[in-house]
Amino acid sequence: MSKPLIEVNHLSKFFNLGNNQILKAVNDLNFSIAQGETVGVVGESGCGKSTAGRTMMRLYEPTNGEVLFNGKNIYQMKGAELKQLRRDMQMIFQDPYASLNPRMTVMDIIGEALDVHKLAGSRKERKKKVEQLLELVNLNSAYASRYPHEFSGGQRQRIGIARALAVDPKFIIADEPISALDVSIQAQVVNLLQELQRDMGLTYLFIAHDLSMVKHISDRVAVMYLGKIVELARSEDLYNDPRHPYTRALMSAIPIPDPEVEEKRERIVLGGDLPSPIHLPSGCPFHTRCPMATEKCKVDVPKFLEVKDKHFASCHYA
Amino acid sequence: MSEQTLKPEQFAKLKKSEHAGELVVRESISAWKDAWIRLKENKLAMLSLVVLLVITLLAITAQYMTPYDYKTNDLANTNLPPNSEHWFGTDSLGRDMFQRTWMGAGISLQVGLYAALVDLALGVIIGGIMGYYGGRVDEVLNRFCEVMYSIPSMLLVILLIVVMEPSMFTIVLALSITGWINMAWIVRGQVMQLKNQEYVLAARTIGASTSRIMFKHLIPNAMGPIIVTLTMTVPSAIFAEAFLSFLGLGVQSPAASLGTLINDALKAMTVYPWRMLFPAVLISLTMLCFNIFGDGLRDALDPKMKK
Ligand SMILES: Nc1ncnc2c1ncn2[C@@H]1O[C@H](COP(=O)(O)OP(=O)(O)O)[C@@H](O)[C@H]1O
Ligand code: SF4
Ligand SMILES: [Mg+2]
Repeated sequence: MSKPLIEVNHLSKFFNLGNNQILKAVNDLNFSIAQGETVGVVGESGCGKSTAGRTMMRLYEPTNGEVLFNGKNIYQMKGAELKQLRRDMQMIFQDPYASLNPRMTVMDIIGEALDVHKLAGSRKERKKKVEQLLELVNLNSAYASRYPHEFSGGQRQRIGIARALAVDPKFIIADEPISALDVSIQAQVVNLLQELQRDMGLTYLFIAHDLSMVKHISDRVAVMYLGKIVELARSEDLYNDPRHPYTRALMSAIPIPDPEVEEKRERIVLGGDLPSPIHLPSGCPFHTRCPMATEKCKVDVPKFLEVKDKHFASCHYA
Repeated sequence: MSEQTLKPEQFAKLKKSEHAGELVVRESISAWKDAWIRLKENKLAMLSLVVLLVITLLAITAQYMTPYDYKTNDLANTNLPPNSEHWFGTDSLGRDMFQRTWMGAGISLQVGLYAALVDLALGVIIGGIMGYYGGRVDEVLNRFCEVMYSIPSMLLVILLIVVMEPSMFTIVLALSITGWINMAWIVRGQVMQLKNQEYVLAARTIGASTSRIMFKHLIPNAMGPIIVTLTMTVPSAIFAEAFLSFLGLGVQSPAASLGTLINDALKAMTVYPWRMLFPAVLISLTMLCFNIFGDGLRDALDPKMKK
């Protein structure tokens, strides 16, 4: 593997809710992303995926840990260096209806990125660049003067992608970019993202709550549970040989196209609700819902270990 | 968890022609135009707007409509009822009431307008800071607002006017001392809500400055409640000024506001009721129209709020 573009070391983000309540949304994340790689992140809603992404974007200051971009800690960047980081790293958001300012035209939404970084010398150049960006994401450039509410969800998401691309980023965090879209549109947007990655050499962190989509586009996949990564492996390894019981449960929720196999296989249904990230369970955080849990699991925290070549999991019995 | 599985063959590239089906063909309209269309459908609000415009127009042009002015005494013609010369009659010094009433309307409208503008400036800046930064800054400023708000504002206003000369400047200043707090709270609430919207986060990932985020993203999206609050500030400032006039703290003679005219007329109300009639009707009409228009504006700007 080539040298990592992104290194995440012991990254934590806790929210102080007052009354001595600390919500541990992201709890000691460790992983890296190589140049040109796509790492998928999956996990139930509320497990801390967005918080992890936003902290990595430095939209939130971390409680602990560091994120290295090309070897430099992003949380220590200031001035010109931080400004450059704001070009190098971009984010695509989940809700295509909330991620575009309803009072701005598409021209201004995308043009803002050019304005902030002074990437267009004149109004004419700005217009030309915005139109090029719209065409890059397969949108008709004639619609630049329109407002977001005049577009469909899929079109809006492409406008968001064009905005992110305007500053010429190297690394993009996509936070469930397709989960709010119709299934027919989902494929188009994923397709576009993959195409852009090929053409522009982008590196992705692709967040999703659904394993079936992530494994299709990711080189490696991280499975998150209660603010921690519980399993990390190459997509095919994770899919063919999931080691963590939680991953297996996620996997069994994906229907298998072959009805005979579907019939015979065992479904693992998770009991109970996701525990509150304010009061984390002792021992293995998954023990309250794990079908394999033993007494040991309630006491001992499992280590995140390499169980096979480049395949990590945190379970005593992985 | 989604029940949908996506197979690789579904990820085929769309041909250019297939994108055509997704294009939305409709005339481009901004949220403001949209609101205007809704406002136009509200007949009562539009009528109020027209009445307010007519009052404003008359306040400006009335001085050219009759040969009299608002300050010349004519002791031979005091307390005349309305007639063809003096359309609204004359007051106890024989001054033309038509001129005085419209000049008063102009002053009252100006008091309302200036008070609203000061509230807007202070409220947006202070409320914006509270909402955006939150935490300690918000706590301290909010406590300050609460303290200011808990002082009976009329007491403060009266004290200030007694210390300074009563004039339009002092009155506006006095009304603004506590007037901005309401606006600041409205803006604070809006900004707190909006600052976590994904489009604001997107602006931050692009590296937009705080002032850019404030004035390009937060304030424009809070404009609805801000405008509605303004349309409510105007009539309440007009009313407060009228109240001060009753205490003799309004604008000083020979200038007049609707409040001072009513106060003057009050002394001889039973004998010369017409002196009271025109200013009283005008001030009521102005306030009523501002309130109806403000309500209509709120519904138009935020159709979700409509009950
Ligand atoms: N700004 C915040 N303040 C307090 N708690 C938050 C905040 N943002 C997220 N959380 C909490 O952190 C946890 C993780 O949330 P999130 O990162 O949005 O999860 P996901 O994206 O995986 O659905 C949730 O319990 C959520 O309620
Ligand atoms: S450590 Fe125990 S509780 Fe945790 S996942 Fe493994 S078996 Fe389940
Ligand atoms: Mg999320």
